[in-house]
Amino acid sequence: MTRISSTIDRRSFLKVSSLAGGGMLIGFNFLTACKSDVQPPVNIADLNFNDFNAFIQIADNGMVTIFSPNPEIGQGVKTAMPMIIAEELDVPWDHVFVKQAGLDTDNFTRQVAGGSQSIRFGWDSLRETGATARQMLVNAAAARWGVKPAECSTSEGVITGPGGESLHYGEVVREAAQLEVPDNVSLKDPSEFKIIGNDAINVDIDEIITGKPLFGLDYKKEGMVYASVLRPPSFGQTLDSFDDTAAKAVNGVQEVVRFGDKVAVIANNTWAAIKGKRMLKAEWKDGEKMESSSDHDQLLSDLLDGSDFETLREDGDISKAFAEADQVIERTYTSPFLPHNCMEPMNFFGEVTDDKVTLVGPIQTPEGTRSGVAKLLERPEESITIDMTRMGGGFGRRLYGDFVMEVAEIADKIRKPVKLIYTREDDMTAGIYRPAIKYRIAASVKDGEITGYHLKEAAINRNMYNLIPNFFPAGAIANYKVDVANYQSNISTGAWRAPYTNFLAFAEQSFFDELFEIMGADPIQTRLDLLEKVKGTTDEKIEYSPERLQNVIRMAVEKSGWGTQKEGVHQGFVAYYCHNTHVAEVADVVMENDMPVVKKVTCVVDCGILVNPTGARNQVEGGVIDGVGHAMYGDFSFDKGRPGYKNFDTYRLIRMKEAPEVVSHFVKNDLSPTGLGEPALPPAGGAVANAVYKATGKRLTSQPFIEALRQQSEKEIKG
Amino acid sequence: MPTYSLKVNGTTHQVEADADTPILWVLRDQLDLVGTKFGCGIAQCGACTIHLNGEAVRSCILTISQVTDQEITTIEGLSEKGDHPVQVAWKELDVPQCGYCQAGQIMTASALLDRNQNPSEAEIKQAMHGNLCRCATYNRIVKAVQKAANS
Repeated sequence: MTRISSTIDRRSFLKVSSLAGGGMLIGFNFLTACKSDVQPPVNIADLNFNDFNAFIQIADNGMVTIFSPNPEIGQGVKTAMPMIIAEELDVPWDHVFVKQAGLDTDNFTRQVAGGSQSIRFGWDSLRETGATARQMLVNAAAARWGVKPAECSTSEGVITGPGGESLHYGEVVREAAQLEVPDNVSLKDPSEFKIIGNDAINVDIDEIITGKPLFGLDYKKEGMVYASVLRPPSFGQTLDSFDDTAAKAVNGVQEVVRFGDKVAVIANNTWAAIKGKRMLKAEWKDGEKMESSSDHDQLLSDLLDGSDFETLREDGDISKAFAEADQVIERTYTSPFLPHNCMEPMNFFGEVTDDKVTLVGPIQTPEGTRSGVAKLLERPEESITIDMTRMGGGFGRRLYGDFVMEVAEIADKIRKPVKLIYTREDDMTAGIYRPAIKYRIAASVKDGEITGYHLKEAAINRNMYNLIPNFFPAGAIANYKVDVANYQSNISTGAWRAPYTNFLAFAEQSFFDELFEIMGADPIQTRLDLLEKVKGTTDEKIEYSPERLQNVIRMAVEKSGWGTQKEGVHQGFVAYYCHNTHVAEVADVVMENDMPVVKKVTCVVDCGILVNPTGARNQVEGGVIDGVGHAMYGDFSFDKGRPGYKNFDTYRLIRMKEAPEVVSHFVKNDLSPTGLGEPALPPAGGAVANAVYKATGKRLTSQPFIEALRQQSEKEIKG
Repeated sequence: MPTYSLKVNGTTHQVEADADTPILWVLRDQLDLVGTKFGCGIAQCGACTIHLNGEAVRSCILTISQVTDQEITTIEGLSEKGDHPVQVAWKELDVPQCGYCQAGQIMTASALLDRNQNPSEAEIKQAMHGNLCRCATYNRIVKAVQKAANS
């Protein structure tokens, strides 16, 4: 077997791992195995646990339990991360059980679900974890046989010696557990992969399809009570007073607790808690800032018109390029706020005693949340445990531990195990929204070349951060500038799936489409030509690869039948890099009843080595449809601080009949894998908008498209 | 508090609850059948779908007093070993992402196939349109329903 040497100094192993992320020190113990036919050993005291932690557990019969370190929100890491360990451990995938690890900062790093980074950061360390364990098993077998480890080989959980003798892992795990962690281990050549690159069905599939308890909402503890919380109905309001007489009269309501500007109704079942909350009578006081979306629209326009910007990147001289240009094209793009709308509403379990705080539930950022709870309750972090459940979606909402703070505060006051449950109305109106944003993009053209590019962002609170301005077309246009300005609002905003680029990609890629058309330039060739200029760049801030982006562009042209589509099919093109992944998408739009309908999206992705193809395709299909859906329908607004939508009767999410066919293609290479939870989403809106233009002759510059199209047709009627 | 007689997955339970309690919360909190999910509370998302006398209904707006002594089936009772053709197809096609809405999707799909063993794609989409999937696994759901119909 071809093996690549990977040198790991034992002393530096933890250090290296803590930099690389993922999870580390491997270890064996027999304590846990998921199935009853796997028997724990008789005398576990014989084992030396001092140097080991239980990230890989191997039972006597050779069955393996692998703990998945990062939170699972539907992005598939609970399947994909253990696949990487199992590959290097060299065991059959059907001998592996997977369990979700709890928050354990001593042994894991970056236990976060966010930014499509779990696989990218975990790749090396997960491989080394598996390979290290494999080597220790080999060493143990070699010692037993009195041969050199190098004379032994492994396959499917079986070690074979030079004389043909063999032992399965379970037979030597006790000896292996006593051994020193080796200084260096070898990794498989990707051509040797047996698990990576093959479809592995979601490890929780049986529980999901039979309705077993899996999610935060399903978690129960003996004696647990339920909490439903009344919060200020408008951003900017505070609680003046409340009357809980009617709430307390509800069957099952135990008590009513005020904390800050919120009131929690505690009951012995969920319905009583919700009903009790509805019976609360509260008086609210308006603050000084009661903001409306119509005001935001003007404020953001004013920011773009003004001169008070922070410059995030500047190349050449944009003013000179614009002054000398034959033509300057400028467009403005507008997006609304967006709620996350995870299907599982926010919820969390909490229990506070004198000694400890126990928290269980769906959270994308357990470590940061624990720190927050420690500060809130003024307790040491060591006294707080957080266990993660499977999550009914994340999309960025569960990066924020606001709901965990709430349950910690309630549990501290009532001193009973308690489950906080948001209703859908709570979830949609107490959000951490994708901020409303406006982009103004201007480009200068001289002698048929793009000489300057100026991107200005105006966002509520904060949006773009300093990596984004180095994405394409940075490096391709000599005079280039990115400016940002913010308006500080009391409406809470934060990351939403593919933060920053989820709207920027639409704005820039729609702009390019229009710019190229005005220039009389081909949208494909012009992109390829611009990327050609980035090749060999010495700018270390440019992290995208012009070669890889060119490659997905060419593949998307081929796979989508670009330029050869049937009569009545209108195609829109986008190529985009974000979250370390290169993507090109082509949307096919047809007109039905005078309305553009998205029929198909062809998506070509370069995410390096494909760990789990079925999971990857699922992420791409979901990301594209999510991107199309929110671009078409996603809307959110505020009137004097009050959210304009509360539930799915008025808030429109894409449904089955509106979902386009998604055809995904993956570039085959041996490059280290990158993440897929987000990168398929941002290009979708632009691809649709560019196709809609071809179908209707109308340029879309604001989301949701359904509203923009309605306004355009109204204008036409008014004429 | 009044007592109601409920027939859930072939077993009769006596449950104490207020008359206006949605059956969803009785199933989840009192009977420990948490496979039926809460999504919206107003019958707009389908996460709480159960079968009532074989028909797919939204348990979040049906009160306990409306379903007394009628046949209720939840995801836990759809099959003994998780091998209902719809469940098998869901597994073979690796449909779920987060998985939260999938019990509701499976209950809607299985009720559809009970009354129409060979639905067209349009009929599948019509029947499933009320079930939201925020991860947008819609295309795999259509394929899984077709696969189950053909099995």
